[in-house]
Amino acid sequence: MRILAFIVMLLMFSKNLVANEQIVLGLSQDEVAITANFDGSKILLFGAIQRDAPQPDGKMGVIITIAGPSKPIAVRKKEKRFGIWVNNQTVEVDAAPSFYAVATSAPFTEIVSDVEDLRNKISVERAIRSVGAPMHIQDSQSFTEAVIRIRKDQKLYQLLENEIVVDQSTLFRTSVDMPANLTEGDYFTRIFLTRDGKIVSQFDTIIDVKKVGLERFLFNLSRENPLIYGLLSLAIAIIAGWVASSFFRYIRHT
Amino acid sequence: MAALAIDLCTIIKLSGTMQIYLPIAEVSVNAFLLLGLGGFVGILSGMFGVGGGFLMTPLLFFIGIPPAVAVATEANQIVASSFSGALAHLRRRTVDLKMGTVLLSGGLIGAAIGLYIFNYLKSVGQVDLLVKLCYVIFLGIIGSLMFIESLNAIRRAKSNENVINRTNRHKGLVHTLPLKMRFKTSGLYISAIPPFAVGIFVGILSAIMGVGGGFIMVPAMIYILGMPTKVVVGTSLFQIIFVTGFATLLHATTNYTVDIALAVLLLIGGVIGAQIGTQIGSKMRAEQLRILLSVLVLLVCLKLATDLLIQPSELFSLGTIGN
Repeated sequence: MRILAFIVMLLMFSKNLVANEQIVLGLSQDEVAITANFDGSKILLFGAIQRDAPQPDGKMGVIITIAGPSKPIAVRKKEKRFGIWVNNQTVEVDAAPSFYAVATSAPFTEIVSDVEDLRNKISVERAIRSVGAPMHIQDSQSFTEAVIRIRKDQKLYQLLENEIVVDQSTLFRTSVDMPANLTEGDYFTRIFLTRDGKIVSQFDTIIDVKKVGLERFLFNLSRENPLIYGLLSLAIAIIAGWVASSFFRYIRHT
Repeated sequence: MAALAIDLCTIIKLSGTMQIYLPIAEVSVNAFLLLGLGGFVGILSGMFGVGGGFLMTPLLFFIGIPPAVAVATEANQIVASSFSGALAHLRRRTVDLKMGTVLLSGGLIGAAIGLYIFNYLKSVGQVDLLVKLCYVIFLGIIGSLMFIESLNAIRRAKSNENVINRTNRHKGLVHTLPLKMRFKTSGLYISAIPPFAVGIFVGILSAIMGVGGGFIMVPAMIYILGMPTKVVVGTSLFQIIFVTGFATLLHATTNYTVDIALAVLLLIGGVIGAQIGTQIGSKMRAEQLRILLSVLVLLVCLKLATDLLIQPSELFSLGTIGN
């Protein structure tokens, strides 16, 4: 009886404590500027866990996700028809982030339960939303797997297990390499703190990835004044052709 | 002034890393690689009077440029290299301006039709396959024909039997059709309909395949129209400037896929290469030139054909849906 009372008290106590754990985060940069010589970027994320009381029991975990803008994609599978390999079946994936990185402080399945993963769409597999493939397609699963496989090869999807370093259960830091082929947009960043697989605290922020300078100018011109942009490209081509021609003629005549 | 300052900064920064981020293609590539590719294809362009697109477009796919951007930007780059090459030919008076005008008026109509077909196929999702099939079929036919023909020409030259009756061979069609015109530079008096039709046909193909179409235009001029080899290269380059220029504008305004940064890097290498190529070309004999071009055409054809026949390591591919 006394033991039971102690357990109940402990549970209440720990529950109270759990609510008092909070994440405080810092970013090395909250903006990624895509310049003419942009060759990928390393983002350093660091933070601390603020507590009002001593640390509760249970295995602690920190998970960080960075997700680029989501866009629908068409996944096509090749099949052999009349001796050549052609695109045959197509599955449309409703929303797949253009970039997705998951960093963890311990093996993924050890620090977050499947229920929490499902609810918060943490893992790469869950972050991709597919409402369902047409009925005639046998294994629609292999199509979403293909998206993950192809984007992992391009370093656009990353699972960085054990990459978050946690010091004395309070300070954590990690770095995420963002590849050169980034698309513009808001990169939604989430940090989860877990206890025994349950999320006890969450912190959200946004990393702004955008083109700057000449890149910005050219991109905007091509969308807003496509005719002027097209004429500009032609003018550059004609001038370059003329300059080269005259230059070589000059060399030959001297 | 400000733009110039930004440009200079960019160049200075570039000399440090040499990686460049392309604003429209949204990928980062090595600038030297692009300059080198432009130069290599430019040399071929000057030598053979082809735009070089049939080589450059697949090469751009290979280094990871999105196909739509590669096709559109390549059209822009061909404008520069063919303009540079055509100027050299104009000075040597090896351009049939009248014939060129007839060809390009057909070419402009063809390019518009071709872009319409291209955009339709893109919406169906089979554009890659049809572009590749076009490559394999046309490169295969033209490469083989040119190879056999040039081989025969070399053999004839060796046995000292000069065949002069070649202009008689196609007397049928080009001479019986109405609207006859005199093409002084080419020394021809033929109907304007066949060159106009050739122009339309090449225009369609150039918009679909992302090429200038010289590799089809050059043999068509020699074998169908019976033009002398001397003026074929210059005239081809002359009409390519206008057809690809028009295609560039169409791509820029409908698909927003012309990447100026990519085009500039390719054309710097390209225009220099074209000048070198014109010099090499003028020192070589026509038969040797044609046999070299045919081997090159067949090699590209073979590579594309094997890609279609052999099972790819990745069966799946990702594409975008609409806009």
